[in-house]
Amino acid sequence: MPEPLLELRGVNKSFGVVHVLHDVDFAVYPGQVTALVGDNGAGKSTLVKIIAGIYGRDTGDYIFEGKKVEVHGPRDVAALGIEIVYQDLALCDNLDIVENMFLGREETSRFGLDEVTMETRARETLASLSVRTVKSVRQSVASLSGGQRQTVAIAKAVLWNSKVVLLDEPTAALGVAQTRQVLDLVRRLADRGLGVVLISHNMGDVLEVADRITALYLGRVAADVPAKDVTHSQIVELITAGRSGDLGIAENPMTADV
Amino acid sequence: MTTDTDTASVPSPAPSGFDNDNRQAATIGDSARDYVNRLRGGDMGSLPAILGLVFLFVVFASLNDRFLTTYNMANLVIQAGSIIVLAMGIVFVLLIGEIDLSAGVAGGASATIIALMLIDYDWTWWAATLAGVAVGAVIGLAIGSLVAFLGIPSFVVTLAFFLALQAVPLKLIGSGGSLRFNDEVLRGLSIKNVPVTAGWIAAILIVVGFAALSLWRYRSLSAKGLVHKPLGLVVIQIAVLAVIVLGITALLSANRAPNPDLFTIAGIPWVAPVVIALLLFWTYILTKTRFGRHLYAVGGNAEAARRAGINVRRVRIMAFVICSSMAAISGLLAASYTGKVSPGSGGGNELLYAVGAAVIGGTSLFGGRGRALDAVVGGLVIATIPNGLGLLNQASYINFLVTGGVLLLAASVDAISRRRRSSAGV
Repeated sequence: MPEPLLELRGVNKSFGVVHVLHDVDFAVYPGQVTALVGDNGAGKSTLVKIIAGIYGRDTGDYIFEGKKVEVHGPRDVAALGIEIVYQDLALCDNLDIVENMFLGREETSRFGLDEVTMETRARETLASLSVRTVKSVRQSVASLSGGQRQTVAIAKAVLWNSKVVLLDEPTAALGVAQTRQVLDLVRRLADRGLGVVLISHNMGDVLEVADRITALYLGRVAADVPAKDVTHSQIVELITAGRSGDLGIAENPMTADV
Repeated sequence: MTTDTDTASVPSPAPSGFDNDNRQAATIGDSARDYVNRLRGGDMGSLPAILGLVFLFVVFASLNDRFLTTYNMANLVIQAGSIIVLAMGIVFVLLIGEIDLSAGVAGGASATIIALMLIDYDWTWWAATLAGVAVGAVIGLAIGSLVAFLGIPSFVVTLAFFLALQAVPLKLIGSGGSLRFNDEVLRGLSIKNVPVTAGWIAAILIVVGFAALSLWRYRSLSAKGLVHKPLGLVVIQIAVLAVIVLGITALLSANRAPNPDLFTIAGIPWVAPVVIALLLFWTYILTKTRFGRHLYAVGGNAEAARRAGINVRRVRIMAFVICSSMAAISGLLAASYTGKVSPGSGGGNELLYAVGAAVIGGTSLFGGRGRALDAVVGGLVIATIPNGLGLLNQASYINFLVTGGVLLLAASVDAISRRRRSSAGV
């Protein structure tokens, strides 16, 4: 097992009296797809927001490439090379694909925006991800299908030579063919050596592309296992009950001492 | 995102790479088809405004033979000036999906300051103008901060400013009074003309400059295999611009005095170069700078802009600052046209005219769509209505009815085309 690219150790997070995350350990390895699964309220979103730098941690370490780092906001996280593709697609409908991919980080030359460089790089990135379904990179995003939008959002994350990409429910609103496109793309990202985190409710998707599965149950890590070692029903048990056979949390956390 | 359902068709994958990215080698036919598709999808751009302008010209020209005289056309340019400049400012707040109801009276207040500086303090024209624009900028800063930091709807903030700012000229001038506005240079913007030779030189420079830029852009994009317009379309655009610019110059360079034997009035009114300079400047800002791109992003999806690291608050505040500063220039042009500033300046129809002009020109009331050019085209339409009706000696109630109707029509076109856009996904 290689060194993890990104690792969180013993993370605790409370909102007032509600203890949302209990000593959570989470690791992302290069070249692997790590699936983060859990029921609603298990703490997935909180964990993602802590990784994204939107929330701080109460306790615990944030370790990137083996070194402890302090992150104070989304910008710090982006500077490390961690990109988050949100479920509700942070794209502007009125801008085209190139404009969206470079939004907030536009290239400029002496005369203003450097459209030539931006379009060339956007094309290269899309081509390197084998994206073939986009008619023109100067198409407005409003005219794209859900899968194509998701593709653009992912390509936007890759454009910046990021090392870790978090995908929040990337296939939630997609049809069969579009889910296929996006899952293929997720696999290709990992094959490029990126650490990919897939947050999903769809066990089919998870078992298909994930290398590792981290299951959260009521704010605790129920299991962190290679995907090939578990079955569909075992994951469902981990999500719903926190344990499955010898996997999972030993005793019911509702009654355990905290 | 109302369109991305599972039913949206997935284009069949091409054999490799960007093989089906056929926009690079588009022909004129492709461009024409594209344009028609955009129109059907609800992306009308300035087309309604241009059709409206043609319609108004035909109607007024057939009802009154003085309408098409060069004398009246020059008048139209001067009358449109202040509407266009105000509309250009309004475009910026509409772009981010906000509204500024106070822009008209902000212009009136700024014009009052300019007039006071000229009269009471003997400032030169440019210092007084700067002071006026600074007043506008401060007003915009206040409005923008209230909207961006406190989150008060811009409609309410600017309504409050619309009421409060009317106090400024009233206090400074006194009710019933007025300030004369007869500075050589500033009054000259409306009553003097660019020397004919200089006008021709400027017109030719604009055409040559546009042609050179367009062709250079075509060459650098096509050389790198990037998306570009077909050469034919570039040539057509240059030709259209040349016809418009040189045609108007020729028209306005002829002697248009009512009694040509007694004296000569010829040349482009000074208002026109002011408007053109502002048009070029803001077009550059909107299309070629990061700030311009961020304005569109904030108008399109403010949350996406925020996640992309854009300082949304700063962009919002800047939009209001630009709007009110442009309003100051507009107030100056209006004062230059009438030759005086009175307590009611800017409190009348000015703002609604300007909003109407921006929307008729193709700027969306819903944010994210608009150009500086929209203000020019729309402003000409709006200015044509009172100009033409004035020649017909119609009662002024008709003027109000027609302008209100046109504004409603423009807003309907905007709303309908927005619906079509979201269903067609263009």
